[in-house]
Amino acid sequence: MSEAKRWFFRGMKDGVPIAMGYFAVSFTLGISARKAGMSVTQASLMSALMLASAGQFAGISMIASGAGILEMIITTVVVNMRYLLMSSALSQKVRRDKPFYHRFFMSYAVTDEIFGISMALEERLHPAYMYGAVSVAAPGWVLGTGLGSLLGMIMPARLMSAMNVAIYGMFLAIVIPPSRKSRIVAGVVVISMAASLAFQMLPGLKEISSGFQIIILTILIAGAAAVLFPVQTEKEENDHAA
Amino acid sequence: MQHNFYVSLLVLFATIYTVRALPLTLIRREIKNPFIQSFLYYVPYVSLSVMTFPAILSATASPVSGMIGFVAGVILAWADGNLFRVSIGACLAVFLAEWFI
Repeated sequence: MSEAKRWFFRGMKDGVPIAMGYFAVSFTLGISARKAGMSVTQASLMSALMLASAGQFAGISMIASGAGILEMIITTVVVNMRYLLMSSALSQKVRRDKPFYHRFFMSYAVTDEIFGISMALEERLHPAYMYGAVSVAAPGWVLGTGLGSLLGMIMPARLMSAMNVAIYGMFLAIVIPPSRKSRIVAGVVVISMAASLAFQMLPGLKEISSGFQIIILTILIAGAAAVLFPVQTEKEENDHAA
Repeated sequence: MQHNFYVSLLVLFATIYTVRALPLTLIRREIKNPFIQSFLYYVPYVSLSVMTFPAILSATASPVSGMIGFVAGVILAWADGNLFRVSIGACLAVFLAEWFI
């Protein structure tokens, strides 16, 4: 099997829990799309193009309220600004020996979850890995939206709860194992969760939208960690030595 | 709305795609600055942690089952670390917890 194929299959495998979680979340998305007057086709098409939860919820409410183009652009940028950070991190992770045009296709697949599994790889990121993951995850997202907007009702609550947790379980599988190896990463993870809890509880802070909370906390905490505990670039040196 | 929908969708898609594509296509070179390198190293840990907790507590039927899913996920991730198994394990823990609650 070629290297690209191997990476594609590995991405597909890691995409399965993402697809499960996506199915549950996008089901709810489909319901609100229907309430906003969208057809099943429109809701599914929107999901296929945007592949974003908060971004789409915002999009649906703007379409429903007849928002202007400028408002749509500004809101979409603000709600999805964390992708700027994620995409920057990915730009350093991606393999250098692959043609540049891959980056245009990879950009479509920059979601929280696919970003997470891509950064969790020990090796440099092969574009085929992202393609494999999105080829499984995106159909889950589109199918969930379509069914949600078709049926217009929630799945059995217990099933929904269980599937919703798939994505969080995956995030934990990404941040916890490195915490075992490095106390600094462990500290960063604990502080991030505590700060995020504080942002949900404290008056004033909790008025900030969740998209903005993520970006504020990421800049502050990752910035502080970078100042206090700069990462050695040993990997880089190894690459050159090899 | 029907007539306007596809224009709106195109605007939304173009905007979100641009946000995702800008850094990936503009930052072509290896960043040498140690601060930015370190910052980007920590970005996934912070962003994914922030998104997980406390959001997981409101993702399930009750905060208690959410907490059970969270603890199960942490333990499994610590002991095992396999993406798929941790994820399914956390789902099962929530499913069973809500069965009994």
